[in-house]
Amino acid sequence: MDANTPYQLFLSLTSGIFIGGIAGYLGTLMLSKKMSVVAGPLAHLALPGVALALVFGFSISLGAFPFVIVGAILIWWLEKKTTLPMENLAAIIFASGVGVALLVLPIDKAEEALVGNIMQITLPETLATIALSLAIFFVIARIYKKMMLINIYEDVATTEGINTSRCNLLYLLSIATVVALGVYLVGGLITAALVAIPAASAKNVSRGMWAYKIWAVAFGIISAIAGIIIARQTHLPTGPMVIISGVAVFVISIFFRRRFPHKKFSPLPIRK
Amino acid sequence: MLLEVNNLNVRFGEDEVIKNLSFQVERGEILTILGSNGAGKSVLLRALLGLLPYEGSVVWNQKMRVGYLPQGLNQLQVKDLPLTVQDFFMLKDPAPTVMTITKYLDLVGLERDILHKTAGTLSGGQFQRMLVAWVLVAHPQVLFFDEPTTGIDIGGGETIYSLLENIRKNEPLTIILVTHDLSVVYKHSTNVLCLNRKGHPCFGAPKEILTPQLLEQTFGTEVKFYQHQ
Repeated sequence: MDANTPYQLFLSLTSGIFIGGIAGYLGTLMLSKKMSVVAGPLAHLALPGVALALVFGFSISLGAFPFVIVGAILIWWLEKKTTLPMENLAAIIFASGVGVALLVLPIDKAEEALVGNIMQITLPETLATIALSLAIFFVIARIYKKMMLINIYEDVATTEGINTSRCNLLYLLSIATVVALGVYLVGGLITAALVAIPAASAKNVSRGMWAYKIWAVAFGIISAIAGIIIARQTHLPTGPMVIISGVAVFVISIFFRRRFPHKKFSPLPIRK
Repeated sequence: MLLEVNNLNVRFGEDEVIKNLSFQVERGEILTILGSNGAGKSVLLRALLGLLPYEGSVVWNQKMRVGYLPQGLNQLQVKDLPLTVQDFFMLKDPAPTVMTITKYLDLVGLERDILHKTAGTLSGGQFQRMLVAWVLVAHPQVLFFDEPTTGIDIGGGETIYSLLENIRKNEPLTIILVTHDLSVVYKHSTNVLCLNRKGHPCFGAPKEILTPQLLEQTFGTEVKFYQHQ
């Protein structure tokens, strides 16, 4: 379908909004565990799947999903077995992903794999994106506080009765799904930015957890919309433009930093 | 009997940190664990909490609500998070009400406007006190404190121990505590467990077993100690 029809733009914007929003939300958890780097390797792991999809002509997310999910489970399992830090394991997974991709990826078709193809997204793919984003949203909302406590101090989380292993697995599967969706929007190279940048901007402007989450989702959505529209007007690739929009938001957020949160007393009603 | 430990062994690879340790804890008791650096105090706490693999038996006589204050949890752990003190309390499940939180903040000597401060910007002492409140807010039946005096200054001669004594008047609370502070041991402990790497720990009431010789054995020769009368 022609990428310039209003209908196509509607599909692209809709999926962009959902992917950007859920990536921003998930990013708030990942930033706190210094995990945003992990999204990168996982996205790179999607590359061999994308390559296979391109070679055999099926949907790139169908190719990406199994690789990313298996990668996430591998990281989870290896972390339990080896006690190596997650970032370290992700780097190993990353190398395997890129290595395999470079072997099988048809270089002439590589652009789609590298920078995404949200402007060609179909209706079923859009619907699947919405459904998956909502599902992930509910999963993350359920484990959010638990993951936060695990990130702060895992032993304390365990004594508070949290099943850390189960939470970690759900968390990684959520990351994997968001990453596979992100491959659509921005491609396999810069997905990490989709997760990391809105959360970083949100952190700049917020003091409490609630504001942090809301802003991250908002910034994710704003970046997606701005990126898609600017790319369409300028005939430049969409994925990189989404990321550049995110960076622009980040730069602006620096000037609204709440660095010194020692305002005396806030007028919230506190009953004693 | 609340807790019975028999022939507990904890090892990291070749390194036997805890060897054939047995002791009991009664309900409502304060057990202090003493020992020099590396004697395995924190390891013992973590083993009792089921956070480490061990051999031997650790039997709790019923399912307990446990509170744990580890040594390594401080304000630096949360300094990168946009987390207010209130948010930090809300991480508990079930989340306490603001009224309950302020009640416990008050108990540990913190003003309630601290609720809206970012947890990572608290001073070390403030953060420690907040953690004590955080642990107590869920009414634990057993408390595990790893060096709770580090950085705590409640002021007016009040210590975290007198605070705990006060709480124990109203709620049955068993405390298992790691500390270096010998005056605390004499004043507040029911029993003492000294650990050393030699594999012959001591266990008993502080006045009976804490002889100068034994302290020397536990801490080495430099220990400065005086007995509270």
